[in-house]
Amino acid sequence: MLIDTVFFYFFALMTLAGGVLTITRRSAVHSAISLVVSLLGVAGLYLMQKAEFLFAVQIILYVGGIMVLFLFVIMLVNLDEAAKARQFNGQWLIALAAVAAVGAVGGWFLYHGRGAFRIAEPAYRAIAPGTAGNTERVADSLFQDYLLPFEIVSVLLLVAVVGSVIMAKKRI
Amino acid sequence: MHPITTVHYMALSAALLLIGTVGVLTRRNIVVVLMSIELILNAVNINLVAFSHAFGADHVHGQVFAIFVIADAVAETAVALGILIALFRNKETVLADEIDLLKW
Repeated sequence: MLIDTVFFYFFALMTLAGGVLTITRRSAVHSAISLVVSLLGVAGLYLMQKAEFLFAVQIILYVGGIMVLFLFVIMLVNLDEAAKARQFNGQWLIALAAVAAVGAVGGWFLYHGRGAFRIAEPAYRAIAPGTAGNTERVADSLFQDYLLPFEIVSVLLLVAVVGSVIMAKKRI
Repeated sequence: MHPITTVHYMALSAALLLIGTVGVLTRRNIVVVLMSIELILNAVNINLVAFSHAFGADHVHGQVFAIFVIADAVAETAVALGILIALFRNKETVLADEIDLLKW
């Protein structure tokens, strides 16, 4: 149990520190690298919760796919001017105050409602040896219970691909 | 030391969501705003997976939902970056508050 605690706090620190660096760095490339750290921390948290398939998806898709997309766009778009300009807009103080208020309310609810999460806790149990692995169970659920949403997602991705190509074209 | 429970994951997810919200609301660079949206979506995924795990090790519905969220994030990022390239070609800026064509 102790090793679990240590790993949780390690990955949590990675996630939060990466997130804070992402939104405070001046250079967009530094922000992207910090975001990679944050996403890897989230992947570690997935692994701790026995979601091995999501762990792989997170690393391949987010760290490998989306971040490369971001870095490509950072190269295509000239960000030197933007890096010299002011980084935060005029409403940052109001935004910070509003977010702090929301955080205070959310923290209050989490602190006082932490007993309510216990209904689910007794369900912790080890998987019996010989049963299907995580990936197999995710696939079963995806292709049996969620088949229609899965097909709709494929249409959504097709629309997104066509849309982004049209958007990035010089002349339509 | 206390064992790590679902509440810990909820708190972490809430903190990540707030960090992402601050980024969306305060940054001027559109690329960084899009990265903040990724942070928010990851906070949602942590939440889904934590509840999925809390309901038993063989419970995967939350993970399937997280897969759908990831697919949405990919689609959204691709379209948003395409729009950003088109915008930069026309306006020569990536600062969100300089794009005020619809502002009266």
